[in-house]
Amino acid sequence: MTADGKKSSKTTNKRIGVFVCHCGKNIAEMVDVKKAADVSKDLEGVVFTTHSNYLCSEPGQKELQEAIKTSKLNAIVCACCSPTLHEETFRSAAENVGMNKYEVEIANIREKCSWVHTNREKATEKAIKIIETKVEKALLNEPLTPASVEVNRTCLIIGAGITGIQAALDVADAGFKVTLVEKSPTIGGHMAQLASTFPTLDCSQCILSPKMSAIAHNENINLITNAEVTSVSGFVGNFKVEIKEYPRYVDPDKCTLCDDCVKVCPVVVPAEFEGGLGPRKAIYMPFPQAVPSVYTLDIDNCLGIHPLICSKCRDACGPEAIDYDMVTKIKNMEFGSIIIATGFDLYDISKIQEYEFGTDVDVIDGIQFERLLSSSGPTSGVVLRPSDHKKPETVVFVQCVGSRDPEHHMAYCSKICCTYTGKHALLLKDLAPDTEVYVFYIDIRAAGRGYEEFIQRAQEKGVIYIRGKPSKIFRDGDKTIIWAANTLTGERLEVEADLVVLAPAMIPSFDTKSISLITKCSLDEYGFFKEAHMKLKPVESLVSGLLVAGTALSPKDIPESVAQGSAAAAKAISILSQPKLYHEPLVSTVDEDKCCGCKVCQSLCPYGAITFDDANKTSVVNEILCEGCGTCVSACASQALILKNLTHKQMEKMIHVALKEEAK
Amino acid sequence: MSKILNPEPKVIAFLCKWCSSNAADLAGVTRMKYPDNVITIETPCSGRVDPNYVFDSLTEGADGVIVAGCHPGDCHYVVGNYKTLKRMLLVKELARQLGIEEERILLEWISSAEAKKYVTVMKDFIEKLKRLPPNPLKPHGLISEVKH
Repeated sequence: MTADGKKSSKTTNKRIGVFVCHCGKNIAEMVDVKKAADVSKDLEGVVFTTHSNYLCSEPGQKELQEAIKTSKLNAIVCACCSPTLHEETFRSAAENVGMNKYEVEIANIREKCSWVHTNREKATEKAIKIIETKVEKALLNEPLTPASVEVNRTCLIIGAGITGIQAALDVADAGFKVTLVEKSPTIGGHMAQLASTFPTLDCSQCILSPKMSAIAHNENINLITNAEVTSVSGFVGNFKVEIKEYPRYVDPDKCTLCDDCVKVCPVVVPAEFEGGLGPRKAIYMPFPQAVPSVYTLDIDNCLGIHPLICSKCRDACGPEAIDYDMVTKIKNMEFGSIIIATGFDLYDISKIQEYEFGTDVDVIDGIQFERLLSSSGPTSGVVLRPSDHKKPETVVFVQCVGSRDPEHHMAYCSKICCTYTGKHALLLKDLAPDTEVYVFYIDIRAAGRGYEEFIQRAQEKGVIYIRGKPSKIFRDGDKTIIWAANTLTGERLEVEADLVVLAPAMIPSFDTKSISLITKCSLDEYGFFKEAHMKLKPVESLVSGLLVAGTALSPKDIPESVAQGSAAAAKAISILSQPKLYHEPLVSTVDEDKCCGCKVCQSLCPYGAITFDDANKTSVVNEILCEGCGTCVSACASQALILKNLTHKQMEKMIHVALKEEAK
Repeated sequence: MSKILNPEPKVIAFLCKWCSSNAADLAGVTRMKYPDNVITIETPCSGRVDPNYVFDSLTEGADGVIVAGCHPGDCHYVVGNYKTLKRMLLVKELARQLGIEEERILLEWISSAEAKKYVTVMKDFIEKLKRLPPNPLKPHGLISEVKH
């Protein structure tokens, strides 16, 4: 059914082929495919029409390719099933015979027509209408080429807790260079502070320190501690990053870890690593297994790096490793992909005034209790209460402190507290079986392999679980009093405790907001990073090439964080191993002659793809960052923004042709 | 029930390709039936629907216009649907001031799993339009004489 005598479109030089598929009876039963093909013959630019039984079959595709060649088609409209099924099939079939694949249009006359209507005549009319709109669009489509960019084969990982460590090791093991940036003087994160891990109770340091040491010794890993990322620009494959490395005043190459500097330092402050329950000096190593294995001079607490005030550490240093003249270094580096693994902080539970955290020293948080349990902790693994260093006889644990409280604090469940409180209670019962241990809970949420059994183990050991959230915790002389109601029995309770351990909500780490601003990775309602898709893209962000893993996304336990670290690494590797990166060309572009420079588009773009050219006074779209949603196009008052192959003209033409009968 | 004033209303539906367009496909796959008065135009995001297109559709003769996007919080492009929400409020207000019934313009959130909702929305909308007079902006309608 060729129409060879017909000339191509006068306005666009388009030679369009229309292929109507029967899809067996699926379309042909309700739509007169022959009529649809016949009518299409008269449309502008259409030089070839046919109808075939199964267009997606091998013979169907051959027929399509033959027609493209013999009738010199430069655009086609396939009237068939949904584009989600066979758009790619026909695009590559066309591409294989030299047609640009962005000139292929799908008119969905099956799912949106033959399958949902019951009147054959009207369904045929509608199918023709759908084909007509697509022919109008095809007339104005342009051949496009995906943009390609070179890939910088290095990966930046921000945050060196267990998630960042795992990701760094995986990317490095795949043979790519990694730069691992950590804000604190050592890597390890919160996991380094833990005494043991649930539900197996293996010692946290014992399973973490081999990985930390592997980071230090891996040739592909460049570790920068005491540093932060201060700016990120560019796009996938080519991120430009500024890293600020703060001075530690100790040369790691010269330091021999003799500890002489620590001995002479006159300043004693609470150690962050011990949750403030133990001391450290102004020059210190956070913990013996710290990586890098070197001291750091805490300049905020040091008497002053001026030799006239105090230079005891420098004078004591045999190998002359201490250098007061070190300054902040700014490093500008480039990366192909970035993994954010900035972890979590604990909710500031001193805000919960009824629990007296921060005013009663015998009310502590979970991390502090981990340090009391740790054999390398401030009490060498003996649980003593902070106020008088006596063994507590009654210990009360409170779960959901700040979690699951939408009216006052965080609405979400912090996920790990039930299980780690069970761990605390169990370990305490092991260490001091005579201790009376109470756990106040709202619900027990111990989902995970072996977790429920673990809680049961704690209960079998004699830990008393009470369903109810304490209403008030206050000091009374030597004791801390807990007021609560048992919501299962309805009775009111008053417990006299020697030590109270609160399980605070996990919240996004302090720097999350600033990293979000720097990287343009969006945040959820609680301030955690937001993944591109909760189920199908759990470690990808909406910024291409920017990955997020671990508790930076939401509360998680260690196995999940490790799994996400590896998942993000796999995603990073799949970017870094590409010879070149291609980006879908269906994106926005700016007509400089029309742009008035109002910058409205900039504020609408969620990807930061639109910047302003100050010299030209026009907006500029970065075609690699643009994802092609077209939101900016609809907002541009001067119609300067164009979404490629879905322009205003195309939309208007489609609307016009869809309604042309109404206009008669 | 009020009288039928326009037995065959014409509708243009702008569907986001990530959600409502897939809902329409799913309605097809499950062989749900709905009236054939709707012509759909797919966009990458409901945010691509310029307010002008709603008025273009009405002046070209559509009796009603549907804009369908992802549920709040589910936009494939993060926030496109929120922009649509704001724009559509404005579009409705403008329509009201121009003397067009607001009911002719419908914004709906239809996820890719909500085939049933898609069908219900289409059916209900067409039933409602049948009970309105033909669009006064139709090229051969009342207002077009003033326009041309």
